[in-house]
Amino acid sequence: MRMSHTVFTRMGDGERISIEVGELREQLRKGTEDASNKGSVPQLDAAELEALCDIFCEPGRAVSVPHGEELIVTDDGVAENLQGSEADGGAGIDLGVLSSLLAYERSTAADTACMGHEDFSFKPVKAIIDYTTTTYYTASQSVTVPLFYGAQPNLGLYFQPDGPFPNPADLLPAGKIAEARKAQEDAAEALRSDMVFVGRELNQVGCEGLNFDTAGSSGDPDFYATLQAVRELKASCPAMPIIVGMAAEFVLGMHGEIFFDGQRLAGMFPHRQVKIVEAAGADIFGPAVNVNTSQTIPWNLSRAVTFVKETVKVAEVSVHPNVGMGVCGIPMMLQTPIDCVTRVSKALALIGKADGL
Amino acid sequence: MPIAHIMATGMGGLRGAGDLVAWMQMTRKMKLPEAKRYVAEKLGVSVRDLTDEDVMYPLREKLGIGLITAKSGAAAGIIAKRRIAKLLDIEINSVNLFQRMLAK
Repeated sequence: MRMSHTVFTRMGDGERISIEVGELREQLRKGTEDASNKGSVPQLDAAELEALCDIFCEPGRAVSVPHGEELIVTDDGVAENLQGSEADGGAGIDLGVLSSLLAYERSTAADTACMGHEDFSFKPVKAIIDYTTTTYYTASQSVTVPLFYGAQPNLGLYFQPDGPFPNPADLLPAGKIAEARKAQEDAAEALRSDMVFVGRELNQVGCEGLNFDTAGSSGDPDFYATLQAVRELKASCPAMPIIVGMAAEFVLGMHGEIFFDGQRLAGMFPHRQVKIVEAAGADIFGPAVNVNTSQTIPWNLSRAVTFVKETVKVAEVSVHPNVGMGVCGIPMMLQTPIDCVTRVSKALALIGKADGL
Repeated sequence: MPIAHIMATGMGGLRGAGDLVAWMQMTRKMKLPEAKRYVAEKLGVSVRDLTDEDVMYPLREKLGIGLITAKSGAAAGIIAKRRIAKLLDIEINSVNLFQRMLAK
């Protein structure tokens, strides 16, 4: 139902704009076309595009799904945001981890919760593993909803100057391809080892779920280390569910010649990422579709729904698209506007058929 | 931002059966429709009832599987999760550890 001929929406950077309904439809069409061309996935059909158009035309600031169409919401440490810093959209309230988690569980009616290091990477967790396991264990006794521990692989932390291995960002421009690949392979092995160590320690204290957040952020070796760690942890810690959430829609070929189960990781889009993550043994997969801040949110969301729909179609595990700032149609800004957030939620639920967010 | 997602599309956690459906996705790799049907069957309610607070609050209280509000003496945390594991016939890591520790 069209409530007006002009629709209020936003750009990918959050800037408010008004567009005619005809232009809205054109943006949606171009967005799904772009996804289809880039990822070799089917475009949204006419009915789906019209449904998406209807969502944008709804007059309310916040929109919602009909009864019975609700899904599961998981997070990447957002549960601790009341006491976190602005880097993660935190409120900086001196609450402590447990109080933050319980406040999140009870006051927001979250389906699950997730805690992690303030840096939210695996490498720094290793150094404070006793504190981490103690804090997790204490929280798990009081939190009633499933409690994940989350961390990012962040292979970049293993390269100089932050880590021990030569930095491919220095080697590649110098034409030292072989050396860059070797550095990445060595760093990936160190990352795998650290992630398995942290996972096993958390499993010992009854970790209810491990969230590998932004896998592949440093490209194919980062993703490779994650897949290896997942496979190893599923074998040694079978009672600990694992989520793998991606950093980007496309696995960047920083190495280019890394294979897992015979498949080249570089260049994978979400509908292929999910299959390799399933093969590694993960229980839930979270695709990411990057927001183009120069394009409109309708363009971006249509694009995201196209990728997510195909990913859900081929997946055998639950798919929880990443819906933080800058991904899957959410504007790239700290204070993400509710008008966009709820429209992304609704579109991914009803048209993308996501199992969660 | 998570509040907006939860209000728009979330199952409502302890207000409904969101945590229970999440457990099925996590522990049995169920996709959303199957997870909802499974939980509804275990609870003896319809899928629609899973997010109906009028149905779920008294049911959760009766089953002792955790409430969103601070009812004095109501099960929460590891006690609630132990009952959830039994109700849903699933393995919850923290519950297994809890039981191992009690057995010592």
